Parts: sequence; structure tokens; C-alpha cells
Amino acid sequence: MTSKKAMLIDISLCVGCNACQAGCKEENGLPPQEEKYLSLTAYTALDKYNDLYVRRMCQHCDVPTCVSVCPVGALTKSSTGPVSYDGEKCIGCRYCLQACPFHVPKYEWSSTKPSIRKCKFCPSRIASGRQTACAEACPTGATKFGDRDELLAEAARRITAEPGKYVPRIYGEQDVGGTSMLYLSPVPFEQLGFDSRLGKAPMPMLTMSALSKVPNVLSVGGVLLAGVWWITNRRAEVQAYESSLKNGNDPEREDDE
Amino acid sequence: MKTLSVPHVTGWRPIAIILILAGALAAVARFALGLGATTNLSDEFPWGLWIGFDFLGIGLAASGFTIVAAVHLFHAKEYEPIVRPAILTAFIGYLLVVLVLIIDLGRPDHFWHPLVMWNPHSVMCEISWCLMLYTTVLSLEFAPIILEKFNIHSPIKWIHAVSLPFMIFGVLLSTLHQSSFGSLYLIVPNRLHALWYTPLLPVLFFISCIASGLSMVVLESLIFSRNGRPFLPTRLRANLAKAIALALAVYFVVRIQDLLTRGALHDLTTLTYYSVAFYAELLVGFVIPFALLIFEKVRTSQTGLYYASLMVVLGFAFNRMNTAITGLERYPSQTYFPSIIEIFIMLGITAVGFCAFSFIAEYLPVFTAEEAGAGQHRDAAPSVEKKPLFAPPECEDPRPS
Repeated sequence: MTSKKAMLIDISLCVGCNACQAGCKEENGLPPQEEKYLSLTAYTALDKYNDLYVRRMCQHCDVPTCVSVCPVGALTKSSTGPVSYDGEKCIGCRYCLQACPFHVPKYEWSSTKPSIRKCKFCPSRIASGRQTACAEACPTGATKFGDRDELLAEAARRITAEPGKYVPRIYGEQDVGGTSMLYLSPVPFEQLGFDSRLGKAPMPMLTMSALSKVPNVLSVGGVLLAGVWWITNRRAEVQAYESSLKNGNDPEREDDE
Repeated sequence: MKTLSVPHVTGWRPIAIILILAGALAAVARFALGLGATTNLSDEFPWGLWIGFDFLGIGLAASGFTIVAAVHLFHAKEYEPIVRPAILTAFIGYLLVVLVLIIDLGRPDHFWHPLVMWNPHSVMCEISWCLMLYTTVLSLEFAPIILEKFNIHSPIKWIHAVSLPFMIFGVLLSTLHQSSFGSLYLIVPNRLHALWYTPLLPVLFFISCIASGLSMVVLESLIFSRNGRPFLPTRLRANLAKAIALALAVYFVVRIQDLLTRGALHDLTTLTYYSVAFYAELLVGFVIPFALLIFEKVRTSQTGLYYASLMVVLGFAFNRMNTAITGLERYPSQTYFPSIIEIFIMLGITAVGFCAFSFIAEYLPVFTAEEAGAGQHRDAAPSVEKKPLFAPPECEDPRPS
């Protein structure tokens, strides 16, 4: 089995040439015009903050929120990194759009048989040992494809090699439980539109705490309700019996006769 | 003589027909053109009015499991007359919610997928299963009503033989998915406003559905007492009102304590879109009805009880819509207002529900079952309360004419 792949995106190296988007569009057969935001036809896009460019795309989380919320398992996480989507399974509930902390999946609203669309992390390229289309297209090395462990070491090296050039943080190393996209930035990530409130715990844990109680509710609740029924039923029986005794006719004697 | 001042809805049949036709047209447009062309939903706002409506419908249908639990599991037999109306409400409510869910799905043709494709980590998967199973349970609980009508008695025996485990199962399923609707939003801490986002969402959804479900029962019993047939004795309805007040109080304490511990109370000190929505929900649905229901006079007065329980239902609707829509409008600072087609589909389906209810109430033994089965309640009822309160002869038939 191949190791876990990732991409290191060094924001300080990006010049905003948009070659990543063009490469992505070519790889996925999307219309080639330049786009500024993620859309059905742009699986990656450049956000501009002053003179810095930030690539947005699916983060391919290690514990993806979209995978955990999808009721039919249309989204799956592969061991090599990609979060894949199967439109044949999808029921169109759009829970993934609602739940994705990065607001990545885009929905074919105008279609009567809609799917979601997002960056696929070039799974066929990865399978054949090649790098992703965007990393291949990047002329400055701002996007680098490789093994996640090696890229993390590389990122740490860059931070220590040039103190002051980067903020000492690799975004995606641990955020929401770790992602396949690792970012290095010269300014605090909050200034670049990164959500600082997401935390390090994988988001699916939030619902797991509720879902893990389901078997308990069913088993304990079932026993409890059956017990309550038995007690109240018994009480009603006893009451009926006692009142029949008071009225002078013993039901058991009646039975004997 | 004191007459009942519960407002009547008369002449609504033509309105209902118009609503149903408009809803049907809207549904045709939605299926022909897709969600994008017919709704105001977007990538930023993927869930809207219909999801709110689902929460609402399911919550109001909570009468089904609360009354079944009270009567058949806790042996509060005196509430027997309300069991069938409660089951009917729940059954119709669930069928409508399932219908709206299917309309809301991007791929309605794939609606059956959760049956065969499971993701045990998904709250949505759990809800789909609970909805399917509980609707099945409800149809079994409802079946005797149809079978009685057509005098087919042998299957009724079979259903009665297995009814206890089914009732227990139904109560558990309801508990699970009523709270799971709250769990749906546990995954969006970064989107849902702090006034509504809390890890206690499932707990709060469960407590509030008990208050709203019982309020629906109270409303129904009041409306169906208008034709002069006392439906539930005043004392019993007052007891239900006590249970509602208790649920409201528990809800209020949990809600405020939760806001305190999460430090979200400061969101309420300034007047914003969100704090106004929050206050409206809490005052209309919880604080004012509670303040009303603690008075014995209100609990035993038809008018007082009518408005108090109506407020609970309205506040409940507020709460669900706030959770599903208002609280999410902060991110990404985009507002959402449903399109005319979304509204028409919702109104049309609501009208279908009302029509179905009044039709079934008219032709099936929903409100008359106790005459055959549990006649003693019929006898007990008039002796408890004062007749004039209940049987104002000048009252018209409340059912739509």
C-alpha cells in the first residue's frame, strides 16, 4: 500500500499565475476560463489578500466531516489521501455542503440529476505514481506534492531555516484532525481567511458523542419501558383483583367452579 | 352561558384546494427544473425552509409517542380517547415530512439508498432509518382504525398480539430521531450562531418536542370538543397542561444554564437580528405559556388553554426555524428567504395534511373508537366537568365545511 500523500502549499512562494487552476481544469476537462472562486468548473481557485495568494480546494481531511455525515457513504476517504465522491450513490441531501468546515463541495443546482463537485486529488495520477496536475503545473514550487510525513518534515525545515519568514505553524498538520493540504504562511493564517475556530479535534467527533448513545437508548430504554409497562400493568391487575374481592365475588373461586 | 371562544376556521375548503393545486404545480416545477431554478437554496445555504418544515412536522407529531407511552406503557388509561387522534396526527405528520424530504432531495429517485447503503457515522442515516421504521410502526398502530371501519377483525388480533414491543420500539425510535434532528447541527459549530449551537441540541430538541406534541394534543381535543361532544374531561386536559408546563420549565432551565456555561449570554445583551429572534422564540414559546399555565384557572379554561398551547406550538416553530435558518444566516453573512415555490410546496403539503386529517376523522373511527372499546371513559367524562363549559349548543361543527 502506498503511503499517505499530501501537498505542501507555501503561500510565500505563490505568485498568483493561476497555472494550478489551468492544470486542474485541463486534467478534469473543465472549461478553461480563469475563475476567482471555487465553483462547479473550478476545483481550485486563488484567493488574494493584499499581495498574498492562497489556494483554496478540498483539504482532503484525514477524518473528513463530509464522509462522516453522508448518509449513504457516497463520500469515502482512501488510505492514500483522496476523499472521493460517487454520484451514483448520492441522494442529494446536501449535508456535505452544510457540514464541510471549509465550504468546499459545490452542488449542481441547475441540474435535475445533480452531483457535487470538488477537487478529487487526482486519484488516478496518484495510483500511477505521478504527482497531481496542479503541483505539476506550479512553476514556482509553491505547491509541492509528496508523502505527507516528508512534506511535514520539509515544512518544519523551511520554518527553522528562515526564522521570521514564516509564522511558526503548519496549517493542516493537526487542524480538524489533520488534512492532506499543508500550508505555510508568512502572516498569521487568520489574516488569510483561514477559520481559526475549527480546532484540532476532528469534527465528526461532535456527532459521534450523540450517535454513540444510540445503542444505549435502545437497550436501556427498551428494558426500562418494558419494566414500567410490567409494573403499571401489574398494579392495574392487582387493583382489579382487589376491587373484585371487595365486591364479594372472588374471581378465582369463580374460575374453579 | 359561557361559550367557547376558540376561533373557527370556516370556509377554508376553497383555500385548501387553491393551496393544494398551487403546491402541486410548484412540485411539478421543482421536479422539472431542478432545485436551483425553483428554490433560493445555494452552496452557502444548502438547507432552507423545507428542512425547517420537517423539524416542525416531526416535532408536532411527537404527540404520537408521548400519548402512546402515557396510555399503553404507563397505563394512564383515562387518556385513551386521545390515543387515536394522536396516532393519526403523528402518522399524517410523518408521511408529509417524508414527502417533503423526498422533494428536498437532489436525487429523489435515489431516496431508497439509505435502505441499502449505510453509514453508521451519519446522523442523517440514523434519522432516515428512524423515520422509516417509526412510520412503519405508526402504520401498524393506525391499521386497526382502517380495519375496524371495514370490519376485518382477524388482523387486528395479530396486531394487538405484537403491539407492546412495537409501542416500546416506537417510543424509542421517536426519542432517538426527535433528538437526532438536533444532532444534525452538532457538526456545524462554525456556522450555527452561538445562541442556538450547543452540544445539548439533541436534549433541547427532545424536551421541546414533548411540550409541542402535548400542546398539539390539547389543541386537537379543544377543537374537537367544539361540536358539543366533550372530548377529554377538563381535569385531564389540565393535567396535560401541567405536563406541558413542566416540559417548558425544564427546557427553560436547561437552555439558560447552557447559555450561561457557554458564555453565550452576552449575545443577548445587545439587540441584534439574532437576539430578537431568540427572545421572540423563548418568550412566545416558553416563558409566556409557562407563566400562563401555572395558573389553575388557565389550565381549566378552554380559551386560556387554547392560546397557551397555540403559543407553545408557535414558539416551537420559531425555535426550529431559527435553528434551521436564522442561526445559519451569520455564515457567510448571507441571508436566505425561501422562494415562492418553496413556500407554495410547504403550504400545499400543510393543506394536504389538514384535509387528510379532517377526511379521516370524518370517515374512520378515530374519534368514536371509545364507544366500541372503552365505553367507561365516555361515561366518566361528563360527570367530571360542568357540561355548559363543554357543550355550547350554539357551537358549529369545527370540522371544515
